[in-house]
Amino acid sequence: MAGDQGAFDRFVEVFHSKIFQYLLLMCGQREDAEEVAQDTLFKVFENIDQLRDPERVRPWVFRIARNACYMKRRKSVFAPTQELSLDDLLPHSERDGGHRKLEIADWSALPDDQVLRAELRDVIHQAIRELPEIYRAVILLRDVEELSTDDAAQALDITPESVKTRLHRARLAVRQKLDKYLRTVQGGVKES
Amino acid sequence: MESGEHQDDCKQVFALLSQYLDAELSPASCEEIRAHLAACPPCIEFLESLQRTIRLCHRCEAAVAPPLAPEAREQLLAAYRKTLHRHT
Repeated sequence: MAGDQGAFDRFVEVFHSKIFQYLLLMCGQREDAEEVAQDTLFKVFENIDQLRDPERVRPWVFRIARNACYMKRRKSVFAPTQELSLDDLLPHSERDGGHRKLEIADWSALPDDQVLRAELRDVIHQAIRELPEIYRAVILLRDVEELSTDDAAQALDITPESVKTRLHRARLAVRQKLDKYLRTVQGGVKES
Repeated sequence: MESGEHQDDCKQVFALLSQYLDAELSPASCEEIRAHLAACPPCIEFLESLQRTIRLCHRCEAAVAPPLAPEAREQLLAAYRKTLHRHT
């Protein structure tokens, strides 16, 4: 980041919003997210000279945000966490004549090109917030912020393989919650 | 009637779908999955629901960040300038 006011303003404009979004879904509380976002930016500017590779600024900033979040909650990164089982995330299936049929909602009814309805957005946020923390951190960086696997691994201090494993389970768990919501709205499973 | 072997294939495909969508598998693994999907409508249906989930997650902004208070902004700018000053 060049040393001028314009660079500072652009950095704050871009990253304040990103950090706040990430922390709101990590912390769950708006006030905590605001406070930790400011703490994160402060640490970023205090240590900006330690950023070795400007191309990797996003994982570097999110790593600081994650650590600030842990500090706020006084929770160790080594605290035990709940694991998601792949088998629990498989959809049920049943036989229909000679064919297998999934018990799945009609996803084609979801809005794809429009602004998300508030209710649907709340369902997604709730599904993400309910994930165990190790999965929530990964899906927020990979699918919400769209960091690469390597950048997310750097931000979270885990291996790229762990990012892939956790991301898949996180996506499946969110998919499962969305499917349940759709089935409730639609009054049952898809007729095919 | 589908065989138990086919359902085992479904489970193997199921475990790799995210890496398949993220183009993180080898060409050989991708080809195996494509061949399975071509003959397995339930897996395609599931894959599509997973793709929709990923797109929805990307579009679900949680909330607009509140503007920084002027005092907080001044503190951040001071920290930034102090750091830069260490190197001049």
